Amino acid sequence: MSTQPVTSAFVAVTVNGTTYEREVDARRLLVHFLRDDLDLTGTHIGCDTGNCGACTILFNGQNVKSCMLLAVQADGGEITTVEGLAGDGELTPLQEAFSHSHALQCGYCTPGMLISATALLRQNPSPTEDEIRKALQGNLCRCTGYVNIVEAVQTAAKGGQ
Amino acid sequence: MSETTVAPTTTETEAPQKGFIGISVPRKEDQRLVQGEGLFVDDVKRHGMAYVHFVRSPYAHARIVSVDVSKAEELDGVYGTLTGDEVATLTDPFFQIAPLPGGHVKDYALAVGKVRHVGEPVVAVAATTRELARDAAELVEVEYEPLEAIVETERAADPDAPQLHDDVPNNTIWDGHFDYGDYDGALEAADRVVRIKRLHFNRFSSTPLETSGAVVEYNRGTGQWTLHCNNQFPGFAIIMMAPALRTGMDKLRFVTQDIGGGFGNKICTHPQLVALCLLSRKLKRACNWTEWRTDQHMANSHGNERVFLDVEVPVTDDGLMLGFRARMIDDCGAYTRYEPLGCIIWAQVTPGVYRWRNVRVEFQQVCSNKSPCGPNRGYSRMQHLWFTERIMDIVAQELNLDPVEVRKKNYIRSEEMPYETPNGCVYDSGDYARCLDKALELIDYGSIEERRREAESRGKLLGVGIGSTLDSGTNNFGQSQLVNPDLQFSGNNEVATVKLDIFGEIVVTIGTTPQGQGHETTAAQVVADILGVTPDMVNVRAGHDSYWNSHAGFSGTYASQFAVTGLGAVKGAADMLAGEIKRLAGGVLGGVPPEDIELAEGFARIKGNPEAALPFMACGAIVNANNAVLPLELRDITLNCRYVYVPPHQLPDKERKFGNLTLTYATQIHACVIEIDEETGAYDIVDYGAVDDCGTRINPRIVEGQVHGATAHAIGGATHEHFPYDEQGNLLTPNFYDYHVPHAMDMPPLKTDYLESPSPFTPLGAKGMGEGGGAGLSAVCSAIQNALRSAGGAIVYDSCNPYWRVWELMSEPARARENVTVEAR
Repeated sequence: MSTQPVTSAFVAVTVNGTTYEREVDARRLLVHFLRDDLDLTGTHIGCDTGNCGACTILFNGQNVKSCMLLAVQADGGEITTVEGLAGDGELTPLQEAFSHSHALQCGYCTPGMLISATALLRQNPSPTEDEIRKALQGNLCRCTGYVNIVEAVQTAAKGGQ
Repeated sequence: MSETTVAPTTTETEAPQKGFIGISVPRKEDQRLVQGEGLFVDDVKRHGMAYVHFVRSPYAHARIVSVDVSKAEELDGVYGTLTGDEVATLTDPFFQIAPLPGGHVKDYALAVGKVRHVGEPVVAVAATTRELARDAAELVEVEYEPLEAIVETERAADPDAPQLHDDVPNNTIWDGHFDYGDYDGALEAADRVVRIKRLHFNRFSSTPLETSGAVVEYNRGTGQWTLHCNNQFPGFAIIMMAPALRTGMDKLRFVTQDIGGGFGNKICTHPQLVALCLLSRKLKRACNWTEWRTDQHMANSHGNERVFLDVEVPVTDDGLMLGFRARMIDDCGAYTRYEPLGCIIWAQVTPGVYRWRNVRVEFQQVCSNKSPCGPNRGYSRMQHLWFTERIMDIVAQELNLDPVEVRKKNYIRSEEMPYETPNGCVYDSGDYARCLDKALELIDYGSIEERRREAESRGKLLGVGIGSTLDSGTNNFGQSQLVNPDLQFSGNNEVATVKLDIFGEIVVTIGTTPQGQGHETTAAQVVADILGVTPDMVNVRAGHDSYWNSHAGFSGTYASQFAVTGLGAVKGAADMLAGEIKRLAGGVLGGVPPEDIELAEGFARIKGNPEAALPFMACGAIVNANNAVLPLELRDITLNCRYVYVPPHQLPDKERKFGNLTLTYATQIHACVIEIDEETGAYDIVDYGAVDDCGTRINPRIVEGQVHGATAHAIGGATHEHFPYDEQGNLLTPNFYDYHVPHAMDMPPLKTDYLESPSPFTPLGAKGMGEGGGAGLSAVCSAIQNALRSAGGAIVYDSCNPYWRVWELMSEPARARENVTVEAR
């Protein structure tokens, strides 16, 4: 006996410390769920193919591209988006360093860059320049040529994050 | 040989006292952007908003036989559709810049009757979600009758080539003859003539990370549309859109806040914006359109592709180049959105940075079945400057001249500034030779031969390359009359308002649409210095809103001009406000003349008597909320000042195609070192130096950031970025998977340095400088050719040189060399 395919599902996720329960289209991408359903628009979209990294988030502590996951796959998970980095309005050393080093121009790639760099510094508090570039190669920036982004990550690392 | 320089009126430069100008203060924009609290276009939400998806042409060239939207409209959750037939009924074709016959092009918001490139929007579908709109688009049935596609630029003008647009014969949008100096005399005087058969500037684009988009609302009560969008040149969009929509300009309210990169690619979004206007009116709801990356690559503006044919360079034995002659064919793709302005914009830098006095150019622009072109960082000048630098290197190689010395010999000299070019442009200031020296220092040029030998021992061919950018900025739109004498555009303008509000807040609005250039910050620096406060105390409204009434016909952020036009307007408005505050305070403080009042630390105070001071808060409160206390002669004071900056442009001479086409000419000289693997052609940029001279720098860190970014675009364009089409006109790189933009591992470390040659013609001595990328393209091509000297001496003839092309140049140098001949006279 054939059954109708499931087209929607109930999802419970914790994002930046708040738990959300929503019914979502089974095909909805996690990034669209964050942006359109939860109105967390800090996470951006720059491509259709998983190349640009503007949508990078922390998912259960791991940096992932939220366009490469369905919202239903995030069920039960814990997510940090760029909006969750600064606690009580106090910027993280990395956010401070991005501004100080002029590591952003239009700011569109910045949320993804910050998340990838945050994940890097958690795993490797004193990365070399090569390690930084390698860790950020999945995040495209069209404004900066990466020079100041690398500098900002180095500065934040030296600051002892 | 140089004619007498025609110096335009020098602007009275009363630079504000040194304070925050010249300091790299942190950007105001950063606080929101590092917390994900920017407001980009797709972040705008409205109740009941529809999501729009465009059905796009799968054919490069085809007649539309029928369009059936019924199945799409029946799908649950679909609000409605818009077809080309509706567009043709409800709108007029967009105004064309080209004279006839090129001006016969009929361009609408959606394809009408025919499609002319893969990805061209044919139908728009609006639905409750993005996913559903896409589903519904799949249900739209369009029947096409395919036609032969034109993909090759040089094929377009063939007499037997299919015609894209009715009444545009030979697919020629524009052609014209440019003749300056005495080219025939130069040929007579030459000891040698170097000839180059064909050079090709590649089609690519800066591909901003945020794609184009809009949320458009229609107010039925007032007949006004509000366009929350990321268009970077609202002044141009409104001029295009209002007549097409048969409405008044004020019915189109443009609002932008944060824009995720533009680089010129977000100037020509008016067709999609018109479709959204029609849909939002038809469906009585706000409509969101966010372009997919694939759509951006297939149908957004590409950078112009250009071929240079039958190039001829008369040279004396000691390496002095007397000019050049060439035939240039520019390929603008399927539609002329901003074109054919590119046919004149290159002429802003006709001789590049060189003292070439005799120039003859046949310029033709053709259309083809590829994505329409539009401004792209370095628009039209980048192609031309690359051409001048290719000449320099090819001639140097063929005549066995040193590429550094031959450049210095031919550079325009600092003591010749302001320098009038053969076509009447007036380069305002600069010192190219010093910039080159600094660039060479950055890459440690003195050690090159040693490094070359060391690289050889590792199987690598080392090459050094040099490139230049003249970042001409603050357009004189009068140049449009050189492509179409009937146009009524000239000059330029930008607007700012600066006001002091009731509680003493300083509020600034600007007409520009920044996409990362830090306008809020630099505007605050300028105002702070004039009003004697800190930038923190200056609130610059983010973005652009037509309702602020701080815009004019040319408002926007494009073509390297904010430091002149935008900040010129800001300075003008702040000077007006400072004058009003001084007059007010003088009156209130007992009849003190305004010139005896100084502004400092948020007070208007009597010079030499700082105790006698009126806080800005009191000034704002008196004028705005307590003005009955004022004597009648002070009641004209509003503390709300609007200033329109208008540069001192003059109409160019249409007959001679002669005149100053922009106000400023910033410089960048780049030098790079590459190593090519002898076996494979794979190469790395191992050293890179960029020297910038944009006059007075308002915020050096922001300037350096622009240099970095432009260099990255150049390196991308020189090494990988390419929009190739197959024979049927399918784009082969329609996303970031296939279109490789540099990532962090691709980019070499960049070293930068600077000079400051203040412009004598601008309010702050500053020059616009955002588009400096061309130098990098030339430098990489130059370095590849230099490295290949010992491997057969191939000529680099294309602006894009992926590894496979370098391998070809190494494998068959003779083929590339067929391009070049030298005639001894």
